[in-house]
Amino acid sequence: MLKRRDVLSRSGQLAVLMAGAGLLPLQAQAAWNAAAFEIKTMADLAKTLGASAPVESKDVVITGPDIAENGAVVPVGVSTTLSGVKKLMLLVEKNPSVLSASFDVTDAVDAAFTTRVKMGQSSNVMAVALMNDNRVLFSQKEVKVTLGGCGG
Amino acid sequence: MADPMRIRAQAAGDKTTVRVLMSHEMETGQRKDTAGKTIPAWFIQEVTARHNGKPVLTAEWGPSVAKNPFLQFTVKGAKAGDKIAITWKDNKGETRTDEATVS
Repeated sequence: MLKRRDVLSRSGQLAVLMAGAGLLPLQAQAAWNAAAFEIKTMADLAKTLGASAPVESKDVVITGPDIAENGAVVPVGVSTTLSGVKKLMLLVEKNPSVLSASFDVTDAVDAAFTTRVKMGQSSNVMAVALMNDNRVLFSQKEVKVTLGGCGG
Repeated sequence: MADPMRIRAQAAGDKTTVRVLMSHEMETGQRKDTAGKTIPAWFIQEVTARHNGKPVLTAEWGPSVAKNPFLQFTVKGAKAGDKIAITWKDNKGETRTDEATVS
C-alpha cells in the first residue's frame, strides 16, 4: 500500500535527483557567457567584453513603451543602422543583472531585434552595440513599470 | 516537455521577417515559492537561427527575458520556400528545434 508519507519522501528524492540533473548540464555549458549575465552595470559589462567605455550614440536605437503595465512582459527592440556591429545587447538598468539578451550580428541578418523582457521596477532600458573595432555605443530609454515582473 | 515553437517567416522584397514565439517558463532563480524556497533558475540561454541550414543568428539570453519568449528579426536574402530553423537550449541542457517555411 502506498502511504502519503512514502509518496512525499519519494517526491522529495525525485526533486533532489532532478536538481542534480539540472546542475550537471549547467557546468558542461562553457559557451554561454555566465560572467556577462551576472554583471551589475554597463561599464563593467564593457570591461568584461574587453571593450572600451560606453559612449552614447544616436545611431543605436532602443524601442519600448513609455509605461509598461506589466513588468513581466515588456516589449523592447534594439536596432542600429551602423555597419560593423559585432553584438547588440539589451540591458535593463535596475534588474538584478543588467544584461538581458545579447545578439551576435552577422551579415545575413539586419541589426534589429525585438523581444520581451522582465523588469522588476521602473528603470532605464538600454541598447548597447559592440562594434568590430571594440567601441561600445549605447542609447537608453526610461520605461515606467506599474507592476513589477520579478517575483513579488 | 517543451511545446513546439510558433514560427512565422514572411518575405517582403529581399528580406524576410521572422517572428518566433517559444514556449518556456523562463524562471529567474530569484522567485520564491509559497514555502519560501527559491525556485531554481530555468531559462533559455542560447538561441540559434538557421536559414537553409546556414547559421545566421546566435543569441545569448539571460533569465530576464520574459516567459514564453518572443523574438523578431530580419533575414536578408531569404525568399519564399526557404527554410528557417530555430533552436534553443536552456540551462538544464534541454533543447528544441523547429522549422518553418518562408511564405
